[in-house]
Amino acid sequence: MSTSLLLLIILLIGFVAYFAGRARSLALSGHKLATLHSLPGYHGSYVAIWAVLPAVLVLGAWLIASPLYIDSAVRSALPDTVQSQGEATVQLALGQVKAVATGLDRLSATEIEAVKDGSANLREALAAKGVALAGEGQPFMVEAAQQFNAMRGYSRWLMSAVVLLVAVVGGLYAMRNLTARFRARNQVERVMLGSLVVASSIAILTTIGIIGSMLSEAGRFFSMVSPAEFFFGTVWDPRFAAAGSEDASGQFGLLPLLGGTLYIAFVAMLFAVPIGLFAAIYMAEYASPRLRSIAKPLLEVLAGIPTIVYGFFALVTVGPFLRDISAQLNGLLTGNYQNFIQAQSVLTAGIVMGIMLIPFVSSLSDDIITQVPRALRDGSLGLGATRSETVKRVILPAALPGIVGALLLTASRAVGETMIVVLAAGVAARMQLNPFEPMTTVTVKIVHQLTGDLEFTSPQTLVAFALGITLFVITLGLNIYALYIVRKYREQYE
Amino acid sequence: MTDVASPTVRVSTRPAESRRDIGIKRRYAAERRFRAYGISAIVIGLFFLAVLLWSVVSKGYTAFQQTTITLPIEFSEKVIDPKNERATDPKRLLTANYPVLARDALVKQLGIDPKKRPLVKQANDMISDSVRTQLRDIVVADPSVIGKTIPVTLLADANIDSAFKRQIDLSVEESKRKVKDQQVAWMNELAEAGVLKKSFNTGIFSFGASSRPEAAGVGVALVGSAYMMLIVLVLSLPIGVAASIYLEEFAPKNRLTDLIEVNINNLAAVPSIVYGLLGLAVFVNFAGMPRSAALVGGFVLTLMTLPTIIIATRASLKAVPPSIRSAALGLGASKMQTIFHHVLPLAMPGILTGTIIGLAHALGETAPLLLIGMVAFVVDYPGSPLEPSTALPVQIYMWANEAERAFVERTSGAIIILLIFLVIMNLGAILLRRRFERRW
Repeated sequence: MSTSLLLLIILLIGFVAYFAGRARSLALSGHKLATLHSLPGYHGSYVAIWAVLPAVLVLGAWLIASPLYIDSAVRSALPDTVQSQGEATVQLALGQVKAVATGLDRLSATEIEAVKDGSANLREALAAKGVALAGEGQPFMVEAAQQFNAMRGYSRWLMSAVVLLVAVVGGLYAMRNLTARFRARNQVERVMLGSLVVASSIAILTTIGIIGSMLSEAGRFFSMVSPAEFFFGTVWDPRFAAAGSEDASGQFGLLPLLGGTLYIAFVAMLFAVPIGLFAAIYMAEYASPRLRSIAKPLLEVLAGIPTIVYGFFALVTVGPFLRDISAQLNGLLTGNYQNFIQAQSVLTAGIVMGIMLIPFVSSLSDDIITQVPRALRDGSLGLGATRSETVKRVILPAALPGIVGALLLTASRAVGETMIVVLAAGVAARMQLNPFEPMTTVTVKIVHQLTGDLEFTSPQTLVAFALGITLFVITLGLNIYALYIVRKYREQYE
Repeated sequence: MTDVASPTVRVSTRPAESRRDIGIKRRYAAERRFRAYGISAIVIGLFFLAVLLWSVVSKGYTAFQQTTITLPIEFSEKVIDPKNERATDPKRLLTANYPVLARDALVKQLGIDPKKRPLVKQANDMISDSVRTQLRDIVVADPSVIGKTIPVTLLADANIDSAFKRQIDLSVEESKRKVKDQQVAWMNELAEAGVLKKSFNTGIFSFGASSRPEAAGVGVALVGSAYMMLIVLVLSLPIGVAASIYLEEFAPKNRLTDLIEVNINNLAAVPSIVYGLLGLAVFVNFAGMPRSAALVGGFVLTLMTLPTIIIATRASLKAVPPSIRSAALGLGASKMQTIFHHVLPLAMPGILTGTIIGLAHALGETAPLLLIGMVAFVVDYPGSPLEPSTALPVQIYMWANEAERAFVERTSGAIIILLIFLVIMNLGAILLRRRFERRW
């Protein structure tokens, strides 16, 4: 019985259990609702929960445990010649056995006999059925595969029986508990509360998952490349080695990538901060409600556009435009029509990322500026200051911590941005200061190291996780510090 | 009331010229400058928005038209199945030389001498290579067409398509462009005969990935994106709402809930690519789920969307006034009943608005999907979320990396489709907010 069919049956049982429980509670009350502690629906839900929840838990546990058990059983049944060759060979053999096992289901009985006594080639027989086998099959694999298939079939059968039994028994047990005074609602609400707790713990689990997975993979990377070499290396050259060869390791220096990341983020901020800040000040202090209600949503459209669109914009519009205009400028000044801005450059990526960041700066600062108490404003205006003087001397100093927090949040976004830099910043990992030349970033290299075929054993792929955790730590630090500043600031006026 | 003239008291007796100079002129000039900076900042921002949209639309609107050539194709048995083996060998029909049929039809239409090889080849180049699969599908679907002549609408080659849309500069020297003068002449001849014409491009909505621009479309990517959006909606809405209800209504104020709170705020600001790394390490590598599958993509996007939905839901739960809760509790409802029967329905418009905005973000997200291997060249529609598939923004990324001019047009076209979806979703969110938002 397939897992989805089993789940469907359990749900069906739960459905039946609901109506059975409801009907029974009505019968118990003699159709006078006032004698029941809980509404009939709660009695029904109580029975349904008892029917479904334990069964699903058993099913989940079984699905996790049985492959582990079967693997270890098949592994211990492998011939000693394989066992003695170490872990990697055993893993490989196990993988082949599984492939053979899927193939065996498609072979006829006579074909299996032929393969077993060696008169037919296992690999060819399987290939004819559309199962590719890595390496030559050996006769012992057929037996192991048969054992594997048998155990799996038995496990499925047993699982179906046990799970359905649990569902029925659970439902019946709950039915027996029902009485008119039974506190079904409290029981049901306890389960609901439990599921609410589980749901809110997913946020924590995600963080643990992020940190755990990155730490473990980065740990494997640091066992091959020393952390000092990674964090203080100035050369990024992760040569992809041919599969299997151990020596070609390449150099994994973080600094050129980090330099590019920070440089591009800096250019982007240089571009976005004045525009965003002035836009926010104007909208908060000067604009009529009408203008504000039009301009603010329009600017926020910029935040809703996917970053891949910005990347494409940089690639086909901004980059070529900067390249051509630099060639024209150069031609006017020196007579040599040679472009000095590359199409893919720090400047291209920085400008386009800056456009993307404008609405972040403006919305966040706008919120903070409007939070400055009215009294401060009125006091300053009453003393005869002009509006701009009020903004410069009173409002901005009061809002400064909040604005710094907002800028830090924006900066963390700039550091973590991926698609714009993938398309617009270039791939050359260099340390240089010319904004007209391409540089590359941490995120670009994560994408590059992890696209295409990959194996989780080489430092070339694992380095992506080391880069990832660096990125995570940087953005986390920026965020926590920003939130801390914003919170602290807020308390001043409340 | 009588008007009594109040005695005016002269506060200052100093003459006007001795008034202290407070630089009013300078200060007003500064005021005007400051105001101008503000206006220009807004104008610059809106200008960039306009340039961005104009750049995409002006490059992309032509992608919704496709040049086609309608030719009477003779499904000649001599070409498809010269030895009459199709009854015994089913592969015969799959491997036949179909492009020859289209070439012959075009050569006949143009009246070219079939023996002049270079001319025939130039004519053949006007038809898309996708003609092979197109004619094959016709024959395989209905083998009785063999021997008959049927008018078939074929896709024109991408270069002819560009030339017909006047995107190729024909004043450039002939050897430097991909469309030859002879082909242009034929193109005009065919266009006058009504054989070659532009029509609405349905292919861009239905085709999958292809190395030929004229046969490439976002159909397969749309299906992949739809699967993922479905998964994100089904998972993130209930989980997000449940988590927010707990945190907002039940959670005791202690270190743990404080930690969860800080955590959620931080997760909302974690770079999306980190979620891709998480998906790769946990779902693909550890749990052994298939790479490139919409299921994994959906899970990753769910985790990414959850913080957004939780933050929006908590805000709208908070906005429901305590009087509602007190009234329900006073009438004897349990806390759970109060929340699920009264608070939640009142908060629903805000929750749905937040969800739609979260979904819109997820729809446009690219980076995490690249890491879990959705940059696959997927030609066929995925039958289930477990099969290899791709997504709309990933398809845009892949096309953006193609060098051909016609792909720029396709990429912009795909971006327009993506933006239209986003506009629809955001408009839906705004309408929802306008229609149902209550202020207490």
